[in-house]
Amino acid sequence: MTFSPELEARFEKLLRTYPPGRERGAMIPMLMYAQDEVGSVSQELIEEVARRVGVTPLQVQEVISYYSMLHPTPMGKYHVQICTNISCLLWDGDKLWEQACKKLGIGHKEVTPDGRISLEEVECIGACSWAPAIQVNYDFHHFVTPEQLDRLLDSLGKKQ
Amino acid sequence: MLYNEPSPLETRILSRRFGLPDSASIDTYLRTDGYKAFLKASGMTPEQIIEELKISNLRGRGGAGFPTGMKWSFVPRQSPKPKYIVVNADESEPGTCKDRVLMEYDPHQLIEGCLIAGLAVDAHKGWIYIRGEYRYLIEVMDKALAEAYEKGWLGKNIQGTGFDFDLYTHTGAGAYECGEESALLESLEGKRGVPRIRPPFPAVVGAFQCPTVLNNVETFCAVPPIILNGGKAFADLGVPKAGGTKLTCLTGHVNRPGVYELRLGFPVMQMIEEVGGGMRNGKKLKAFIPGGSSCPLLNAAECEGATMDYDSMAARKSMLGSGGVVVMDEDTCMVKAALRIMRFYAHESCGWCIPCREGTTWLRKILIRFHEGGGVRSDIDLMADISKNMLGRTFCPLGDAAALPTISIVEKFREEFEDHLNGKPCPFEHAGQMVMA
Repeated sequence: MTFSPELEARFEKLLRTYPPGRERGAMIPMLMYAQDEVGSVSQELIEEVARRVGVTPLQVQEVISYYSMLHPTPMGKYHVQICTNISCLLWDGDKLWEQACKKLGIGHKEVTPDGRISLEEVECIGACSWAPAIQVNYDFHHFVTPEQLDRLLDSLGKKQ
Repeated sequence: MLYNEPSPLETRILSRRFGLPDSASIDTYLRTDGYKAFLKASGMTPEQIIEELKISNLRGRGGAGFPTGMKWSFVPRQSPKPKYIVVNADESEPGTCKDRVLMEYDPHQLIEGCLIAGLAVDAHKGWIYIRGEYRYLIEVMDKALAEAYEKGWLGKNIQGTGFDFDLYTHTGAGAYECGEESALLESLEGKRGVPRIRPPFPAVVGAFQCPTVLNNVETFCAVPPIILNGGKAFADLGVPKAGGTKLTCLTGHVNRPGVYELRLGFPVMQMIEEVGGGMRNGKKLKAFIPGGSSCPLLNAAECEGATMDYDSMAARKSMLGSGGVVVMDEDTCMVKAALRIMRFYAHESCGWCIPCREGTTWLRKILIRFHEGGGVRSDIDLMADISKNMLGRTFCPLGDAAALPTISIVEKFREEFEDHLNGKPCPFEHAGQMVMA
C-alpha cells in the first residue's frame, strides 16, 4: 500500500517514537492518520499496518473493534458528529440530532446516498461549556443553533 | 480568541497567558517567565522538587485527587529501567473541557511541567496521550514541541544543563475508558484499552512495563508555577488539604457557561450566581454535578454552603472530580438525565469486568423503559440495588462511575421516578422522548 510522502514521513517518525521492540505503540496513531488519508480502515490497511508494526493482522483487527473512531467502512466526506451527552443535552443537543436525522433522512453512522455527509450521535467531545456542540470531521462548532445547523448541512451538501 | 469571556472572580495562575497575543508561541512563553521554572528545578535535587510539590498540596486534577508529590515519590529512581512521563490528555469525562484550553492557549506550560517531572524522577522520554477527537490539538502540541526542540528546550543537553528529554504526541482513537490510567497505558502500547490489575501501580510498572509518572494535563501545568513561586504560594491559594486553583468547566443551565480558573474552596452558589451569571431564564436550581458525570449529584439544598474542594464535596458524599460542573434547572427531567448518563457508561464500558458490562446495560434498559412510561414500582429499588452491587467490584472505576450518579439520582429524586410510573407521560414538557441511536 502506498501513502502520501507526508504520511510516510509521519509513520517513520512515529515508529522511532516508541522504545525499541515496542513499535506496536505506533499502531493506533498509524491507523488514525492513515484512515484520514484513505477513508476507512480497510482489510488492506490492516495488513499494511500489521506488517509495519510487526504484529499479525488479527492483532490489529481486535484493536480496531475497540475504538469508536476507527471505521471499517468509509463515512461521508463530511462526518457530522452531534453530541447529545449531558451538558449538550441541557442545551437541546438531542433536538439538533433529531433535526439532522430528519433533514438528511439518515441515522446513526449512516451516509447520504451521494456519500457526502454521514451522521453520528457522539458521546462527550469536550466542548461542554460551549454547548450544544458538534464536530464536522475534526472541526468544532460551538453554541450551535437549529438555524446554524440547517445552514451548515445545506452548505456541506454543496461544498466541493 | 477565547471561547468564553473570563470572569473577574477568577484567580488566573495556570490560565494567566490565555488571551495574550499568540499565547501558544514559544516567544510569548519565554517573554512571560516561560521555562524559568525548569531552569530553577535543574538546580534543585529531585527530593527538593518533590518536597516543593508536597508543600503545594497539589492533588491530581484528572478526577481522583491523589497528592501529586506523593505519586512522584513512588517512582523507584534507582531502578535500572528507563522511567517515562505520560500526560493524560484523553479528556472525556462528560462536562469537562479544560485540558483543551490549557493545551490550545499555553502548550509550552505543559511541556515545561513534563520537563520538571523528568528531572524529579530521572525520566528522559514522555508521551502526551491526546484523545482522537482533539486532532487540532495534536497539531498545536506538535508545533509547540518543534519550537521547543528548535530553541533547545527539548532534546539533548537542554540549555546546557546536561539533561536530555524527548516528548511526543500520541493520538487516541475514541474510547472514554482510555482516560483511566492503566487502560491508557494499554492503549499507548497499541492494545485495546482495558484496565490492568493494580498493584503494581504505574509509578512502578507503567508505560512499556517501566516506572511511569502519569498525570492529567492540568496537574502537569500546575508544576511550573509551583516551582517558580514556591509550593507555599500555591498552597495558600486553596484550602488546608488542597492547594491552588482548579480550572472549572461551568456547563448546563447557567447564563454564562465557560471554563474559569477558581481557587479551590470557591463557594458553589457564588460560582453559579456570579461567575456563571445565574440560572438561565431565572429558573430555580434543581441538581448539580460537581466534577463530571461520574460524581454523585447534589440537590439544591446540598449546594447551600458547599464549596468547590475535595473535603466539602466528600462531606456531601460526592467528589470534586475533574472540574466538569453540570448545572440543571427545575425543568430538567431527572429520569432523562439518569438515562443519558447511563447510556454513556453502557456505551463506554470496555466489557472487561462483568458487573460493569452487564450492570450498565441492564440499568440502561430499565431507564429507557422507565422514561418511556413502561416502568414498574419495583424498578426503582432494582436500579439502586444493581448500582450498589457494581460498586467496588471492577478493575477500574468505570463501574463505580456509572453506579454512583445513578444511586444519587434515585435516592434524591425518587418522586420523579414515581411520577413516571403507570404509563404517565414525562411530567416535564421540555423533556421530550429521547432518540435512541
